[in-house]
Amino acid sequence: MKYKTALLGAAAAFAFAPAAFAERGTDGEVKLTFPQAVSIMNPYLSSGTKDVNAAQLVIEPLAGIDDQGNIVPRLAVEIPTLENGGISADLTTITWKLLPGLLWSDGTPVTADDAVFTAAYCMDPAGGCAQLTKYEGVKSVEAVDASTIKITFTAPKPNPYTTFVGALSPILQKAQFAACQGAAAPTCTDPNNMPIGTGPFMVTGFTVNDTVSLAANPNYRDPAKPAFATAVIKGGGDAEGSARAVMETGEFDYAWNTQIPPDSQAAMAAAGKGVFVVAFGTLVERLEMNMTDPSADLPEGERSTAKHPHPILSDIKVRTALSKAIDRQILVDVGYGAGGRPTCNVIPGPDAWASDNTGCIAQDMPGAMALLDEAGWKDTDGDGIRDKDGKKLSILYQTTVNPIRQDFQALIKDWWTELGVEVELKAIDPGVFFGGDAGSPDTFQKFYADVEMYANNSDNPDPETYLGQYQCKNAPSPDNQWQGENMNRFCDPAYDAKIAELSTTTDLAARQALAKQLNDMVTKDSMTVVPLVHRGTLSAHSNALGGVIMNAWDGELWNTADWFRVK
Amino acid sequence: MLTFTLRRLLLAIPTLLIISLVIFLLVDLAPGSPLGEIPLTVPPDVRAKMIKALGADQPVFVRYFLWLRQFFWVEPATLFDSYFGTQLAGDEQRILSWQSRSPVFSVIGERLPQTMTVIGTAYLVGILIALPIGIYSAYRQYSWFDQFGTMFAMIGFSVPTFFSGTLLIIIFSVWLGWFPTKYDTTLSVTDWASFVKQVKQMALPVMTLGLANAAAISRYMRSSMLENMGQDYVRTARAKGMSERKVVLKHVLRNSLIPVVTVIALGIPAIFGGAIITENLFGVNGIGAALIGAIHVNDIPMVQTLAFIFAILIVAFNLIADVLYGFLDPRIRYD
Repeated sequence: MKYKTALLGAAAAFAFAPAAFAERGTDGEVKLTFPQAVSIMNPYLSSGTKDVNAAQLVIEPLAGIDDQGNIVPRLAVEIPTLENGGISADLTTITWKLLPGLLWSDGTPVTADDAVFTAAYCMDPAGGCAQLTKYEGVKSVEAVDASTIKITFTAPKPNPYTTFVGALSPILQKAQFAACQGAAAPTCTDPNNMPIGTGPFMVTGFTVNDTVSLAANPNYRDPAKPAFATAVIKGGGDAEGSARAVMETGEFDYAWNTQIPPDSQAAMAAAGKGVFVVAFGTLVERLEMNMTDPSADLPEGERSTAKHPHPILSDIKVRTALSKAIDRQILVDVGYGAGGRPTCNVIPGPDAWASDNTGCIAQDMPGAMALLDEAGWKDTDGDGIRDKDGKKLSILYQTTVNPIRQDFQALIKDWWTELGVEVELKAIDPGVFFGGDAGSPDTFQKFYADVEMYANNSDNPDPETYLGQYQCKNAPSPDNQWQGENMNRFCDPAYDAKIAELSTTTDLAARQALAKQLNDMVTKDSMTVVPLVHRGTLSAHSNALGGVIMNAWDGELWNTADWFRVK
Repeated sequence: MLTFTLRRLLLAIPTLLIISLVIFLLVDLAPGSPLGEIPLTVPPDVRAKMIKALGADQPVFVRYFLWLRQFFWVEPATLFDSYFGTQLAGDEQRILSWQSRSPVFSVIGERLPQTMTVIGTAYLVGILIALPIGIYSAYRQYSWFDQFGTMFAMIGFSVPTFFSGTLLIIIFSVWLGWFPTKYDTTLSVTDWASFVKQVKQMALPVMTLGLANAAAISRYMRSSMLENMGQDYVRTARAKGMSERKVVLKHVLRNSLIPVVTVIALGIPAIFGGAIITENLFGVNGIGAALIGAIHVNDIPMVQTLAFIFAILIVAFNLIADVLYGFLDPRIRYD
């Protein structure tokens, strides 16, 4: 321990010493801990963040996304664009060139065939591929020659950086997975747990839902990296335990997902062994307003459908008043601490895509009351609850079972009660709420409540798909077995038209402008979605680990090749 | 005795079949979906395909009979194949976890060693602490030692392991820095240094669980001893001029152990079942952690298989306890 302390002292003096002279494998072992253990190392069969993060150390896509949301080459020589001819003028093809001399960790060359195979593997209808959206609109993937991959789309694609871009769409080795296509995909336990990759590390041992042991990849393209000879990812326990193992006992170098209560954050940071780091992506905790009537008096099949507009929330004044009554900063302080910040946007980032809408941040209780008065909701019988035409202003507010969400519910209920709104709270098991079982009345799609709260995010810095969720056609209803992402049943032809426009716009600045307009249409203009907190991912790393750069746009462990031991 | 055992064994078959069906239906009917943990960014049609690839869209009875076949034929055959190099199982589908897509039995195989070491040691430590406390508490009833033992048992009973475990972590890991908080399952004991490491990483979970185990067993031991202390044969033994040591340890203890042994035997299945909270707290990642993890993500094959194995163990150890009872106490015969 004394030696380590001495090292830490030295580290203070040389914290900015360049790591450029480092050699591969000179820094010993880096130890990571995840509160949820890694189940599988193949992101195509799991989209659990824990699995994707771990797989990222081993298998890589053609291009990644950096911490600013820019696309950067990984296995490709450069990013194909219209200017360099990599994207065809009609936007239907994109051609990637592999780096010369690229090798898999087993020493065999990486070829375009591997990419062709990976696409076929994921697009196989029997395989149950979790990342199918990354291959949406792909007509064919061809190997023009051994190092050239040409992807053809069925229609012009303004944002072709989905296939083979980012941690969710890595390249698999054809030789290893050849027998694992289609229905056989889940049965290939060994390839799924120990994929051969091109990343800085390779798997040397895997115990399901427990430990992943890794060693530096001898064939990694940069001979000086990674600095660590081995890596270990230990899973299990909870966020508090993971954070403690880094921040208080110093057993681990890095803990992913250490979202713990703000007071615990402060106590652990005070121990001085490590720091909390946060990356803000697009995850927004929000209230979704139901635009349709969820009343149990309606016959099944008409409840919460576009047939019956909501008797209270159809009025934008009520929705605005409910939003105005909320003090978002208090929510952040109570629930997330460093891991959150107040927001009024559905698209809170990257900065270039985010609207400058901050009108909701300041709580405005008198304004909210005035709006309700204006809308005709007045407390005529003196029971503290506003009413109109004999109907009480009463709201059922649901969310999942989660301590922070229950705190939020209690706070928001207080504010709304102050406003004269009667609030009934409901908390549903997350497995049921998000489970999508069409037979259950408690799913977030059915939305048999007036207001519901959860968090959602865009899986791509370009929010086209994400914003597309609020189109009329995506409203869950009995006709589509309650599938769809437009929980509010928001329906505005102008919005749909703008989405169509976005899908054909190629100019980046124009796309960003459109995204901002769309964001404003669902938030401040219509108050259909009432964003509360922009949530980051909070992780912790020890002071002895250098090179950590948080990234919300790709997997969080995107640059482990550059990590080093602070000496 | 033999016919009794055989009859009980035969009776166990329908019991276990019914248990397996009930478990299956319970797990299946419980709300939730195996894709509940999948991010919202995965669209519904992709989800539907994933469910189909898992086989989770089949009717419940098809899945039940498939599971029965896998459990009673494919898995034993695979085990047999791996020992004798035969090809009994062919390439029939083993029971696969929905979460990890790994065979459930290899996951259990990976996890059993640490569960057995940690939970087993904790049970043993618990017994070793409990028996002397129970014996001496009863012998010196209402003495300060007895009061202390009662308090110890009360604390052990009523303080939940998530609290006592966290307390131990804060004292011994955060303040004193003696023991690690996360159990390293990849550590293999090859020399003295690695043995010390193993003992250190086992210390906290074993302490946490040992305390809870000892509390229960010491109470059984105490009350059983007390019951026997007042018996006529004890007075006779004393009247014969036997030493106190002989009276207590030979006559009273042997008779008092009968119900305690039963209790201990019945507790053994729990060792295999792991300790959900303690395992999670210390990252032991044994069977208990596997079970709770699988329940969280609705991994039905995993939950079903584990629950059924527990059922088998409980039935088996009940039988063993009954047989043991007859063996320890010649007055009890079932024929």
